Amino acid sequence: MKHIKLLAVLFISAITITSCSDDDPVVINEDEVITTMTIELTPNGGGDKVTLQSKDADGDGPTAPVVTGGTLAANTTYNAVITLLNELESPAENITEEVAEEADEHQFFYSQTGLTSTFTYAGANDSNGNPVGINFTIATGSAGTGTYIVTLRHEPNKGASGVKEGDITNAGGETDIQVSFPITVE
Amino acid sequence: MKSKRIILILLLLLSYSNVKGQNCKHTFSGLVEDFHDKSPIVGATVFIKNQNKYVVTDFQGKFSIPKVCSGKIIVEISHVACDPQTLELNISADIYKIIDLEHHEEELNEVNVKGAIGLKTKTAQETLIKTQTLEKFSGASLGDALKNITGVSSINTGNSIVKPVINGLNGSRVLVSFNNVRLQDQEWGIEHAPNIDVNAAKTISVVKGANALQYGGDAIGGVVIINPVKSVIDKDTLYGKSIISQQTNGRLFSVTTSLNKSYKSGWFVNGQASFKRAGDFEAANYNLSNTGINSKAFTFNIGKKQFEKGFELFYSYLSNEIGILRASHFGNVADLVDAIESPIPLFINDFSYDIDNPKQDVTHHLLKAAYYKRFKGLGKLSLQYDFQFNNRLEFDRRIGDNKNLQAVDLDLTTHNFKSDFQLDSNPNHLYKFGLSALYQDNFPDPITKVRRLIPDYKRFSFGSYAIADFKFDDLVFSAGIRYDLEHIDAKKFYLQTRWDNLNYQNDFSHIIIDPNAPGSQLLTNPKFTYHNVSTSLGLTYNLDAKNSFIVNYGLANRAPNPSELFSDGLHHSAARIEIGDLRMQTETSNRFSASYMYNSDKLNITVEGFYNHIKDFIYIEPTGEETTNRGAFPVWSYKQVNAQLFGVDTNISFQPTNNIVLTNKSSLLKGKDLSGNRPLIDIPPFKTVTSLVFKKENWKNFYASIESEFNAEQNEFPNNNFQAYLPLEDRFVTVDVSTPPSAYHLLNFSTGLDFKLSKTKLNLNFSVDNILNESYRNYLNRLRYFADDLGRNFKIQLKINY
Repeated sequence: MKHIKLLAVLFISAITITSCSDDDPVVINEDEVITTMTIELTPNGGGDKVTLQSKDADGDGPTAPVVTGGTLAANTTYNAVITLLNELESPAENITEEVAEEADEHQFFYSQTGLTSTFTYAGANDSNGNPVGINFTIATGSAGTGTYIVTLRHEPNKGASGVKEGDITNAGGETDIQVSFPITVE
Repeated sequence: MKSKRIILILLLLLSYSNVKGQNCKHTFSGLVEDFHDKSPIVGATVFIKNQNKYVVTDFQGKFSIPKVCSGKIIVEISHVACDPQTLELNISADIYKIIDLEHHEEELNEVNVKGAIGLKTKTAQETLIKTQTLEKFSGASLGDALKNITGVSSINTGNSIVKPVINGLNGSRVLVSFNNVRLQDQEWGIEHAPNIDVNAAKTISVVKGANALQYGGDAIGGVVIINPVKSVIDKDTLYGKSIISQQTNGRLFSVTTSLNKSYKSGWFVNGQASFKRAGDFEAANYNLSNTGINSKAFTFNIGKKQFEKGFELFYSYLSNEIGILRASHFGNVADLVDAIESPIPLFINDFSYDIDNPKQDVTHHLLKAAYYKRFKGLGKLSLQYDFQFNNRLEFDRRIGDNKNLQAVDLDLTTHNFKSDFQLDSNPNHLYKFGLSALYQDNFPDPITKVRRLIPDYKRFSFGSYAIADFKFDDLVFSAGIRYDLEHIDAKKFYLQTRWDNLNYQNDFSHIIIDPNAPGSQLLTNPKFTYHNVSTSLGLTYNLDAKNSFIVNYGLANRAPNPSELFSDGLHHSAARIEIGDLRMQTETSNRFSASYMYNSDKLNITVEGFYNHIKDFIYIEPTGEETTNRGAFPVWSYKQVNAQLFGVDTNISFQPTNNIVLTNKSSLLKGKDLSGNRPLIDIPPFKTVTSLVFKKENWKNFYASIESEFNAEQNEFPNNNFQAYLPLEDRFVTVDVSTPPSAYHLLNFSTGLDFKLSKTKLNLNFSVDNILNESYRNYLNRLRYFADDLGRNFKIQLKINY
């Protein structure tokens, strides 16, 4: 009988301990999601700025990002700067800062289809002297239409052949963001 | 001896004088009967020690001793099959006494069938793995040990996360009971292994199909019953065991030790602890980076066990830190294509014991308090309360301040109370009844800063069952029925876009409790109640001494689990978007099975067949892709179809001489989606394992065994390949997530010896797995896209019994 009492006491106390309040759960808006990539292109020597943007309002949700491309002038060099935002947070969180802080673990890569532009890393390097690529320049070639593809890799192998020069082929790592912008060069 | 005689003579003299001096005209009569079933015990000796009178009970169990002198008498009642009992009585008149003897020494909850000691069921397809076999898996996992049973395979995430698959079914469909406690862990995903240390088990039995209704009604796949070491009753004893294992692959070291102490009074205490540490495992040609494991576990058990009543307190702790192959972590579909196309993993580092992200860190606490009491002529009542706390942390490769922060943090707290009553007064008619009530709370900690894949929920369940076993001469018949009520009350945030995408706006608008949560989210309160009925009918028929049959039918209903209902979003550790469905219905399985067994001195054959029709079978498979800023991700959705599973398992062992045993275990399984008329995903291919064992008891129990394991290629699989656009290469590719890997054949060897050192017994085993260092991939390994399975492995194990 004694044992039954012991069991009962254990049971009741355990239930009381864990009968937690009925509060609603705390909402989570992920802070590593990149909802928005904006690239501002400022032509060397003056002219209109061009803004490329990919905005994914629901992050990892079902709605695909809205991508806005741009029209660039032929044979012109643009200074480009990338801004990554998480607009699920309020105010929006600037993820570019995190990338800059962990510069040695991140690198942007640029490539194109159908066009003949030249991309060059600019701005600060990481602590090993390797490029990060938040800032870069684009030298457009002749007129045409195509895409610019911007990829951010997390933990790429920056020492692998060609990676420092911006070739993604041997970079490895994981893709943090990858956007294709439709571009017209005229 | 001499002193005894003197006492005897003295006693005789004393009694003689008593006869003279006292009134010796009383009659002591009575009945000796079985404690359980009140049946008379024939031929029991009733001995009045201090008057040196004895008689033997007659065919009715009755006895009568005339001319008993008044005063105190000491009576000893004994029978060959019983524990002796001593009574002290004061005689002043004629006396009639009913004496109950404990006619069975073994615990009655372990219902034993002739030749099948330890099995929990009599009429189900059940297989038992004994301690000796389990010990070989001291350094491995529960899932690995279970694969010893025909019809049991595993679904893996690498080689340390091993989930048992019984006749093609896994996860929530396989119930794991540890020391009579149903394991409540977050069992739903492929990468969630059961939280059990195989070293804590003395025996494990697997019941295929839901024929162990006592444990639950939803075990469509089967029940794994794990029994820890049971203490010896009524003996003063102390014994223990240690096993030390070392293996080359992963440079694994494991040690497990247990100690048991029991007293004649019934008190017992025992404890067991295990530690396992491995670094990166190796495939045939390369290192599998970040696949180490760090595991700690212990159990502690104390109680008092007497025949009539007893109680027990049991605590078990398990902590597993498991690395997940670094190369299996990728960013988007383009990365996945690279990984699939690459013949070797994209990350290969040198060996290390370090466990880096991605990894899992799972902790499981189990506390049980149990009490039992037997009632004369009736049966046994058992009461049990158990508490479980499971904390699951999954670490991802994250950036910034969250680098070392877990991406999944689930706390599952469960209280369970159950009572069982067993009517065993008639050994040929056994009845069991039980009730259980459960309260469970799942708390996904927002600390992760990652949207919850599994929401907050509370679950209540109530179950009741009745089982009857009838035994006739050559026939055992059992029938059972169970009812389960399950209620789940969840609080979940949905992205507005996901909500609309799943078309919930019409059907589920009433569950929205906050339509304006930050980040365009909805807070909802889904509540579901399920009523499930399960039944089983089984028949065992012994044709003659060598041939027997088992036929069985089981109806099982399983309510959808939280992952099937609620999964929503990017599962980082799998880099896939997983989508559950609130519309999921209970799945219903109708399983027919039949087994034929032939047992002779030299040859043992078991052939088991089953057909399982599952209505509204829930499973997850790739259904396309979704694009985010990170790129495209494969989408895996839970689906519900009518399905059938059909399989044959055979187990043959042939012993031409005392020294040689040849065995073969084979399993063939077919799974089909009847709604879509296509094969089911993740069905294990044909497998056959043949082994040749040579043993010689005279040579210190020497044995040597060579084993050949053949896994065929799965040629029936659904084509879930999808097209993905690779922006960098400006082309579409087919992402082949469907094609199973090729067939493979492995050779394994093991050998061992026993040594006796006074009171200690030493056992030394040596084995080699994958002798030929074969490169292979297993269809049911989630990491098969990224790397090969384990290469050659030398193992040495030392076992000490004391």
